[in-house]
Amino acid sequence: MLQIRDLTVDYGPVRALAGVSFSAGGGAITAVLGANGAGKTTLLRTVSGLHRAESGTITFDEHRLDRVAAERMPALGLAHVPEGRGVIAELTVEENLRLGGLARGRVSRGELDRVLELFPALADRRSATAHVLSGGERQMLVIGRALMSRPTMLLLDEPSLGLAPRVVAQIFALLRRLVTDEGLGVVLVEQNARSALSVADRGVVLDLGRVVADEPAAVLADDDQLRHAYLGF
Amino acid sequence: MQQLLNTLLGGLTLGMVYAAFALALVMIWRSTRIVNFAQAPMAMVTTFIALSVIDAGHSYWLGFAAALLSGLVLGAVVERVLVRPVEGGPEINAVILTLGLFIVLHALASVIFGNRFRSFPAPFGVRGIEVGDTTIALTTSGVFTILAVLAVMGLLVLLFRFTDIGLRMRAAAHEPEVARLLGVRVGRMLTLGWALASLVGSLAGLLIASGSLVHPSYMDSVVVYGFVAAVLGGLDSPLGAVLGGLLLGLSLSLVSGYVGSQLVALAALGILVVVLLLRPGGLFAPAAARRV
Amino acid sequence: MPAPTRTAALTWWRHSLLGRHLLVAALGLLVVVAVLESVSDFRNVQLASMAYLGIAAGGLTVLTGLNGQLSLGHGALMAVGAYTTALCLPGPDAVVPLPVAVLASVLVTLLVGALVGVAAARLHGPYLAGATLALAVAVPGLALFFEERLGGEQGLRVALPEIPAWVLDLAFFVTGQELTRSRYVAYLGWLTLLVTFVLLANLSRSRVGRRWRAVRDGEVAAELAGIRLGQARVSAFVVSAAAAGAAGAMMAISVRLAAPSGFTLTLSLTLLTAVVLGGLGSLAGALVGAALLTFLPQLVTRIGTDAGLSDIQAAELSPLVYGLVMVLVVLLAPAGLVGTLRLALLRRRARRPASPVAGIPDPRHIPDSPGPSDSPGRPAGQTHDPATTSKGHTS
Repeated sequence: MLQIRDLTVDYGPVRALAGVSFSAGGGAITAVLGANGAGKTTLLRTVSGLHRAESGTITFDEHRLDRVAAERMPALGLAHVPEGRGVIAELTVEENLRLGGLARGRVSRGELDRVLELFPALADRRSATAHVLSGGERQMLVIGRALMSRPTMLLLDEPSLGLAPRVVAQIFALLRRLVTDEGLGVVLVEQNARSALSVADRGVVLDLGRVVADEPAAVLADDDQLRHAYLGF
Repeated sequence: MQQLLNTLLGGLTLGMVYAAFALALVMIWRSTRIVNFAQAPMAMVTTFIALSVIDAGHSYWLGFAAALLSGLVLGAVVERVLVRPVEGGPEINAVILTLGLFIVLHALASVIFGNRFRSFPAPFGVRGIEVGDTTIALTTSGVFTILAVLAVMGLLVLLFRFTDIGLRMRAAAHEPEVARLLGVRVGRMLTLGWALASLVGSLAGLLIASGSLVHPSYMDSVVVYGFVAAVLGGLDSPLGAVLGGLLLGLSLSLVSGYVGSQLVALAALGILVVVLLLRPGGLFAPAAARRV
Repeated sequence: MPAPTRTAALTWWRHSLLGRHLLVAALGLLVVVAVLESVSDFRNVQLASMAYLGIAAGGLTVLTGLNGQLSLGHGALMAVGAYTTALCLPGPDAVVPLPVAVLASVLVTLLVGALVGVAAARLHGPYLAGATLALAVAVPGLALFFEERLGGEQGLRVALPEIPAWVLDLAFFVTGQELTRSRYVAYLGWLTLLVTFVLLANLSRSRVGRRWRAVRDGEVAAELAGIRLGQARVSAFVVSAAAAGAAGAMMAISVRLAAPSGFTLTLSLTLLTAVVLGGLGSLAGALVGAALLTFLPQLVTRIGTDAGLSDIQAAELSPLVYGLVMVLVVLLAPAGLVGTLRLALLRRRARRPASPVAGIPDPRHIPDSPGPSDSPGRPAGQTHDPATTSKGHTS
């Protein structure tokens, strides 16, 4: 269970988040929605320790995350897939995956095979350098790499960015499966609100650094006023 | 014919040393985007440490080991204490910092070890090997030089390709932030990278010094040759650095043998300028545009 | 914005750049005369070397500070100037008059500088540093290779032409003292410095100088503004090389020798020290740097010998201090000493309500401060901001 209370974060001279509170549980997908500049990416970066909060608390299970360095997050069971893919293009597919596993110590062959089974497209290219992968394959690779650290909570930043709708649907379906079958918690940051709400259990809407709605996904999708005002569909 | 062969053999030995030095520069460039001009005096200081150990009556090999070890430590300390604050800042600051360190180490060595030429022993014979009834320009020490550089390169390949720590180091060098999110202690990896590079630089310094004279400035031209070799290979590629080093060693040996040893540095400058203007990505890179 | 209270003189001061620079130079000349006349011959020799270091550092600071190009090869360019002077002045009955020799040195160095500049214009940062480092290491080899012509390791002796009678007379009537040779050389050096600095100051505040700065501050923006990057870079290099040529000529005249041992890598790095010490881009700073380079060694060497070091060891202490200061300046005061002082002054002024008379100094003079800790892509992991950590406790 990830709990965020009264989180206030400055990005340079700009207040990016002003007193944000919400929680995201295991076995569920929590979508964080909002327009460009609403503070979504800053929120994830603060949770995973890349950015420091001015005030407020972040707790994950019983750990206070706001005092933990980014490097220790994977060991606590938290995996952050950053915006813009984040594959290490110079490493091979397999090396990228192994790197994810190293966060939890040694990498077992079984772990690697399990992840490659989830993404058959990657299995075919495991010894190719990652820079030859397509956008969709890259997204699969970073998600697979995050799964290698056996997280209980996955933070995904704009996984649909620049991908064909078919690929997005494929990735979301896989997330749904992991959440239902293995009890994984997912925080899904998206600008593409429509497809995010189609897969999410809850939706949190941010506007100019504040939470303006925190509702079950179905409720959000039915609220025309809110959709028009903040989600643009 | 025989002169050509001997010139080329000399160039091969020298080229291996330049390759090692270029490799040290490339390792640091890849991880921190800094050309460590202080690599030359760092290697020089460790060679003097070896000389002190040897002069104190210990064996050549103890001195050799002491130099490599002190190179490792020196590299780590320099990265952690001096370089860390300028990493990611304007590149001109990093350049000035390494040049300042260059001057400091030079002066320190002159104060501590003396500003005069001292002879450095060779581990093996420095007379040419006899093949049939002719003596060729390859010495036993030269063979050792080639083997030592090959061994170190082999170990580095093993480290970077096949170990977890090597994988972490590569990740930290290419994508520091992503690496952090994957639990890699990026700062430690950079320190380790500098330490290893400094060790390789020290090895190059020792090999050049063996059977020759050392002086606080004896490595100054080597940093130029190492840099030229690294740029020949594209500055980003370890393999390129090695090939560039060999190519440069052979070319400079030819210049020295047939034109004049005084013009070796000028020839290196010429090669550098031509490569930077015509193939800025290095000789072996695909013709992708690169900002130099 | 017109201010009616301002006097005509003040308006002239603000508008006539050349006038202002000439006025400062005239005042400088008075100071130079007063100082050179009142100190010993030995000090005059030292001041002459301060002058040539100042000229070279001034040229380098224009290149590095205003245009953002780093050169470790200015020692080599000085060598070009010095050897040209030496070739022009081979014997007591000089082949050419002294001013012609100096001008020839400037011209030859300028041409070499143009050649180097064309190559350098396409390089940046560490690549440029490496290439110019190679230049500094390579050039002395030429003197060895063409031993017949350039004198090899021994170098070329430089014969200083007799001091013209009218100069002796003029000096006597103005100062009431006989002009000694070393004072004459010091005058030559400082006059050259004043001329060079006036030219550099004017250039750097002119349209050309604005282009140099624009290229330094942002290539893309400069290109969009219609500035040709290559042209701006080459012109900065040429101007800077010309200054190095003048410095080399003055060096040859004051040490009476052009030899490879005078143009080591250390010289190039030392010039860079002067520029860094003074704060990149400031001519006054370059002069301060040159003064430190000239007078610090004596002081430090004396401290060293007093502390029980041998003379040879003590002589190495001054480069040690330069290097340490260079490292410390980058780590602690990245704008250089003068630049940092100016920044501090600016901050103090900014805190006060803006006074109507004092114009805020041109902020373009202050080199960008590095602030690596602000950049989000900073690789180093374990930085904890104490401020935010403590806030975390209170909430």
